[in-house]
Amino acid sequence: MSKFKKKKSGEMPAVNTASLPDIVFMLLFFFMVATVMRQNTLMIENNLPFADQVEKLDKKDLVMYIYAGKPSANYKQYGNESRIQLNDKFADVREIASFINAERASKREELVPFLTTALKVDSNANMGLIGDIKQELRKVNALKINYTTKKGSVIENN
Amino acid sequence: MAKRAAPEVNAGSMADIAFLLLIFFLVTTTIETDSGINRKLPPMEEQTDPPVIKMKNIFTVIVNKNDDLLVEDEPMELKDLRQAAIAFLDNGGDGKCDYCNGARDEKSSDNPDKAIISLANDRETTYKTYIAVQNELVAAYNDLRNKRSEALFGMSFQEMEAYQKDVNWPGNKAELKKKIEQIKTEYPQKLSEVQK
Repeated sequence: MSKFKKKKSGEMPAVNTASLPDIVFMLLFFFMVATVMRQNTLMIENNLPFADQVEKLDKKDLVMYIYAGKPSANYKQYGNESRIQLNDKFADVREIASFINAERASKREELVPFLTTALKVDSNANMGLIGDIKQELRKVNALKINYTTKKGSVIENN
Repeated sequence: MAKRAAPEVNAGSMADIAFLLLIFFLVTTTIETDSGINRKLPPMEEQTDPPVIKMKNIFTVIVNKNDDLLVEDEPMELKDLRQAAIAFLDNGGDGKCDYCNGARDEKSSDNPDKAIISLANDRETTYKTYIAVQNELVAAYNDLRNKRSEALFGMSFQEMEAYQKDVNWPGNKAELKKKIEQIKTEYPQKLSEVQK
């Protein structure tokens, strides 16, 4: 009666893993699409403060970024004071005007009035530096600014 | 000659390759924060004669180098700032503002149109405290605007602004813009920063 052969006892059939690559590819595509490559390599500490009355900056190509903060661990030779970073290098306050003008020149003329300056400043920076930046921005008439923050309660700042 | 079947390529390592790429992208992904508090700086040209403003219409907020707050010459905690600002803006002391819910105190601001918040900070103030104060003051304006627009149109001011940006919103955009403008004139955001 070999037709009714007893099933092999105890051995589990192997799980079919043929669809595993598909699942992994799906995840891979998600991350590939969602990834935004950083434009600038940060040379400063950039721990943004928290705020909850935030508005979104939706036109990414119309934003100019100014970073400020303490030089990070790899750049200790630049001292301990908060500094400004523009386009991958440390900059002086006076260089902001030329930076803004260069950014404006790289955009189409009709878009220039819509440019926003995003200030990405470390939470422990001093307001003196920010005040200087704002003064420079006023000189070149770049009046729309955005204090970039993380979303959260202001109580978390302390 | 019989057609030879092509040998099947072993795809067992495909998962490994995909995993490798996946881990690369997982590690390099940074979720960029691109939201924040929008502000407008005042233009550079000097005003020849500054307008005369009554002291009672100015709400002074001073942040010193130890990140302490001095509001209307009284020390204050950050958590009380929003309420104090709302009470000041919504006071309506001269009785012309019929939508104000404030105490109508003679010694405080006349109406929301005249009320000005003045923010001064020290050079040594830390940025996070400054942002926290800015946030609370903007929140005071937003609270008032939301309350007013809930009462008038049944939706909050922030909802209206979101609808205006939303391309797929089915409603009447022109009417919505008018409503937003109305709220903005009823509670104008007059937040001035002291230049040192």
